[in-house]
Amino acid sequence: MNVILALLRRELGGYFKSMIGYVVISAVLFLFGFSFVDMLGKLNGVPQDAPVTEQFYATVYFWVILLITAPMITMRVFALEKSTGTYETLMTAPVGDWQVVLAKFGGTLAFFTLVWLPLLGCLFIIRHFTGDPATLDPRVTAGTFFGILLIGSLYMAMGCFASALTRSQIIAAMLSFLLGVALFVLSLRSVALSPSESGWGALLDHISVMRHLADFSRGIVDTRQVVFYLTSTAFFLYMTQRVVESRRWK
Amino acid sequence: MLDSLMIEVHDLTKRYPGHTAVDGITFTVGRGEVVGFLGPNGAGKSTTMRILACFLPATGGTARVAGFDVYREPDEVRRRIGYMPESNPLHLDMRVREYLKFRARLKGLGWRRSRDRVDTVLQQCGLTDVHRRITGQLSKGYRQRVGLADALVHEPDLIILDEPTVGLDPHQIRTVRSLIKELGKTTTILLSTHILPEVEMTCSRVLILNQGRILAADTTENLERKLSLDGQVIAEIAAPQDALRDCWRDLPEIERWDVAPADGEWFRVALTPRNGADLRPLVFAIVRENNWSLRELTRSRHSLEDIFVHLTRQNRKEIPGA
Repeated sequence: MNVILALLRRELGGYFKSMIGYVVISAVLFLFGFSFVDMLGKLNGVPQDAPVTEQFYATVYFWVILLITAPMITMRVFALEKSTGTYETLMTAPVGDWQVVLAKFGGTLAFFTLVWLPLLGCLFIIRHFTGDPATLDPRVTAGTFFGILLIGSLYMAMGCFASALTRSQIIAAMLSFLLGVALFVLSLRSVALSPSESGWGALLDHISVMRHLADFSRGIVDTRQVVFYLTSTAFFLYMTQRVVESRRWK
Repeated sequence: MLDSLMIEVHDLTKRYPGHTAVDGITFTVGRGEVVGFLGPNGAGKSTTMRILACFLPATGGTARVAGFDVYREPDEVRRRIGYMPESNPLHLDMRVREYLKFRARLKGLGWRRSRDRVDTVLQQCGLTDVHRRITGQLSKGYRQRVGLADALVHEPDLIILDEPTVGLDPHQIRTVRSLIKELGKTTTILLSTHILPEVEMTCSRVLILNQGRILAADTTENLERKLSLDGQVIAEIAAPQDALRDCWRDLPEIERWDVAPADGEWFRVALTPRNGADLRPLVFAIVRENNWSLRELTRSRHSLEDIFVHLTRQNRKEIPGA
């Protein structure tokens, strides 16, 4: 456990010691600002039936932020260490493969969560100025953040996997972007088509991150979706661990 | 007997597609020894060290460190070794103390003990003055010392250093060498280098590697003795030429002699002993007896460099024939 904590601290610290952490945070803040202004326009005197969180999160901004920041956050985790050679000192220290994978994944997820926290501020501003406590239901907000965490963990796990495959950060970023976009496009299809009961339609519906996101932002937490994110995250972490372990087969 | 061995390597082989980096080497290193791996670039030194550090798997053969197999019990092995890779990679965005603390925690040291150990190694490696600096801003010599401090921080039984002095200036090389020498008093060290004097200076035993094979393994003195074929003595003496020629004739210790005129009244005398004896006291005694003058008296000593060139050249000759 001590080992994981030490590694986790190092991973999280790494974002703030290099430019990448600040670049990601400022880019995301910029987009938050945009979506905030956008939404204020929509709210201006027109009654809305969707909760504020849905109008906030289930927009194109969420996808731009997720699809672009996920590769930026995860590309360094293995690839950077491999290219600078610190991977060798790391893997010759008495640490287990799983410890390394979990610490690196935990570091990316912690940073991802940190990046999203300012949105909470935006929500409180709206609540403050509308003067109506019903604008922001804490349970809906909690559900939304839970959803962000779940979707984030899947994207972070995919990114860690991509980063473990290569020693070039650019290739790692492109790979994880590709994986992320693929999942996004699949869910776009399922939104565009009407949900059908036939095999492919049902499958697409099941993995539709967009549909899940809409549910989460209404405060609906469906266990099927939770299971989907937990298992797919676990799958990519397992794949990452296999890649890390593979140096011992070669 | 087995307990006193730190490293046991048996028939270790590492093949990459298309070439063999390590070709069935066998050697042992006892506890407390300082052993040097010597060989040209690409001889298989780094590969062997990486296998011993559990970073690479071997293709064949076995390697044990402190009695633990590097493939089956890598955790036990990694706990007992301090390894510094060739390029000495560090997290360049961390401060010296912070980095060492992180590495100590990674190696399983508790909070208090890691703090104490980091203080100790900072002092040991002469890093106390720079402990708050960022490693990326340090000179190469200091970075090398940070790498050494990292290798030491968990008090390992065995320290593996891959080319610890490469790329340093002569002054930095000296400090790193003396540090290694100091460490060698208490720990087993395996270091690799292609700089010959380094091995002569720091190691008690040498393994000479070339093209993935061990060419020679012995103490530096033994290697010298084996290969110094004659132990020839050179003396420059001012004396009448005939007397100088005659005086060696009846001495049983001398097998061959040769007198050549140098400048003026001086002659250069080359003497070959019969059984490797040291002729220098004898020469001096003769000179004194005859009241001659002596201005130089040396015994030609084969340096490790000669041995190395000799061995690797021999090996190269064998290849076309084989």
